[in-house]
Amino acid sequence: MTPDQARHLIEEALAQVAPDVDMADLTPDTDLRDGLGLDSLDFLRFVEILSEQTGRQIAEDDYPQLATLASAAKFLAGG
Amino acid sequence: MPALGADMDEGTVLEWLVKPGDKVHKGDVIAVIDTSKSAIDVESFFTGTVETLVTGVGQTVPVGTVLATIAEAPAQPGVLRPAGPPAELKVPERPAAPQPTGPPAEGKIPERPRPAAPRKRGKKIMAAEQAHPAVTISPLIRKRAHELGLDLAMLAGSGPGGAVTRADVERAAAERRREVALKPPSPTVSRIRVTPLARRVAAELGVDLAGVTGTGPGGAISEADVRCAVPAGETTPAREAASVSEVVPVPEAAQRPAAAGARSGAERALSMRQAIGRLMARSKREIPHYYVSNTVDMTRSLDWMHERNRKLEVSERLVPAVLLLKAAALAARKAPDLNGYWLDDQFSPAGAVHLGLVISLRGGGLLTPAIHDAADLRLAELMSRMRDLVTRARAGRLRGSELTDATITVTNLGDQGVESVFGVIYPPQVALIGFGKITERPVAVGGLIGVRPVVVTTLSADHRASDAMTGARYLAELSDLLHRPEEL
Repeated sequence: MTPDQARHLIEEALAQVAPDVDMADLTPDTDLRDGLGLDSLDFLRFVEILSEQTGRQIAEDDYPQLATLASAAKFLAGG
Repeated sequence: MPALGADMDEGTVLEWLVKPGDKVHKGDVIAVIDTSKSAIDVESFFTGTVETLVTGVGQTVPVGTVLATIAEAPAQPGVLRPAGPPAELKVPERPAAPQPTGPPAEGKIPERPRPAAPRKRGKKIMAAEQAHPAVTISPLIRKRAHELGLDLAMLAGSGPGGAVTRADVERAAAERRREVALKPPSPTVSRIRVTPLARRVAAELGVDLAGVTGTGPGGAISEADVRCAVPAGETTPAREAASVSEVVPVPEAAQRPAAAGARSGAERALSMRQAIGRLMARSKREIPHYYVSNTVDMTRSLDWMHERNRKLEVSERLVPAVLLLKAAALAARKAPDLNGYWLDDQFSPAGAVHLGLVISLRGGGLLTPAIHDAADLRLAELMSRMRDLVTRARAGRLRGSELTDATITVTNLGDQGVESVFGVIYPPQVALIGFGKITERPVAVGGLIGVRPVVVTTLSADHRASDAMTGARYLAELSDLLHRPEEL
């Protein structure tokens, strides 16, 4: 997966989890949970969608790597 | 129109999911109601057959207005009534002629053989009066029933000789609250003794029972009394069920076009703020809150949860909030003084623990639906119920019962980053539990300083119902439970 594909996938997942979030507000380093106001259930759903879409197991220990758009894209592209 | 929460005054029918003739079961979703907060799925309080939809789509009516009439099914199948519109709604042959039957003595129902098929409400009047015409009821219970607006004659007694006990009265009151029926009796009417037949005829003829003089025993209103109360020239009864709708006057101004569902976001936000404002102002005005708090080491709970999650798919994993909720529910079960309602100047404990969950909506505002019997659910189930509830709350697809029967409420602001929250109690509940963010803090452990994940737990409680000692014990129990996650 290229970084662009990963970024696209993440944005799609966020749009599903939090439909009212304005992606324009999203910088590569915005903290997804605090910055976008995702609660723990939203975040779980976000991880769930990424896992489904990529077919990858994402462990709880990997969550910190999904904290921002940039780190998440790197994590997904790196896999 | 049921009151879907203590702060609701009126509601708009957005959609009917049933039509006359449909069979419904208690708990079936039969309509979608728009409240000031959200669209709510409303469930039937009865099992039976839908007779009429009285309030039309798009109409806004006050709480207590009849939405629909449902003919209740016989309790014993096949005893009397075939399916279909009940005979009572048919046009009487000679409507104008007052029945010469006089006041129904000893609770006999004219034209109705016993054992009668259970018919709407009021069946119990007969049972009680007939079986125990002279049972003594203590003045205390009589007073209590009067305060609660209950007709003692309506209650089946469970005491010696069929006496109505205090428990009976409380149970009936709780039942009535829970039912907030599709067809609640008006407060005035419920204090008047009325035979079921009279009640029915009054409904058919559009007679206000409050204005009828009863000539039966104890001033009970009989069918004849009702018929006498109809002014001459107005004795034509409803020709068909459909015209029953005329019985319920809907103020012109309250009627809105069917586009009520298209309430704008700004309107919704405003009305929600107002509803929350009214309820919270009432809480602070009426409830003497006391507050206690405690800091709980979450190390064991989180370690246990992470270990458990490691083996599971993302969709099956738990979040810390679910452990907190389960512990809160279990502790509530051990603290009956905190789990229930303050009503009519006294505390009325709830049997089950229905855990209200404060859910903030993305557009602002909040809803507090309940997870029923939360203390009895396994963690995985509680987790999926919580996810489901949050999703539906935000999509506006909650059920009426979920919004009305929370017995104690939890607010979890951990995701918003605050350390602690001292909430405002939702009347008539008497306690609210708050959880802050789980954060790593230096903690003294075994004489050394360690860094541990901790959460601040708080309790706001109604001082009328309990004392701070009770609250302190509750938080101690909560802490114990969070140190033994495997028992959650």
